[in-house]
Amino acid sequence: MKFADFISREAIRAELQADDKEGVIREMIQALLEAGKIESSEFESIVKAILKREELGSTGIGRGVAVPHTKHPSVDRLIGTVAVSREGVDFNSLDGERVQLFFLLISPPDRPGDHLRALENISRQLRDDTFCKFLKKAKSAVEIEQLLDEADNNQFVA
Amino acid sequence: MAEALGRTRGFAFVFPGIASELSTMSQTTATRTVVVTNPMGLHLRAADLIVKLVRQYDCKVELIRDRQRVEASGVLQLLGLGAEQGVQLELEATGPDAEQALDAVVKLFVDNFGE
Repeated sequence: MKFADFISREAIRAELQADDKEGVIREMIQALLEAGKIESSEFESIVKAILKREELGSTGIGRGVAVPHTKHPSVDRLIGTVAVSREGVDFNSLDGERVQLFFLLISPPDRPGDHLRALENISRQLRDDTFCKFLKKAKSAVEIEQLLDEADNNQFVA
Repeated sequence: MAEALGRTRGFAFVFPGIASELSTMSQTTATRTVVVTNPMGLHLRAADLIVKLVRQYDCKVELIRDRQRVEASGVLQLLGLGAEQGVQLELEATGPDAEQALDAVVKLFVDNFGE
């Protein structure tokens, strides 16, 4: 699975304003809402579901990266977005580091395979230090898009 | 028994390098095969449980899917396997706690990661 298969380009944010976990999650879901990927009536329900998942254990997977996610019946295909925080946010990460790079995923309850393949893609690409570093330094949504495209075209992973 | 030990010592004295290598190989590698039965596959929380469990043992644990081999040292490595339900994985451990570590990891898989 490639980034282009699940990342909504219109919902990419290079300059997150939020400085805490819930704020980041709300800002990213708002971006998906503005991109027309979710219904406004589902906004709070999705926020709650993602926060509930975080209670089971942080999705801050290390290297300054987090993948907040949930299953939700209101989506019929996997949707996701990317955001970068300049300062980094305390996300109770597994390695204790602040998080600068976020991949938020919402998947239909009956498609666990797609969610897993998205996580597989994200983690494989992020193991490349250059890709990870460039993404965190990206100054615009367009720049992030370009980096994701390059990753999709195997520019980073041999 | 004393005689056997004596011989071993003598051997170690003459060929210390080979003796220690042989002993490392013979006592510290373990392997198991598991199939992912969890409907969600080897997802993030499951991967985190494996990493935290393995940390408690004195050995290196690797998971192998076909030709892909990753160390169970971080969730990024494990998620990179993309192991969904039905996928078969080989587990390999090297180190003093190899057998115990793999027994514990297999139990996690069998218990569907407590879900």
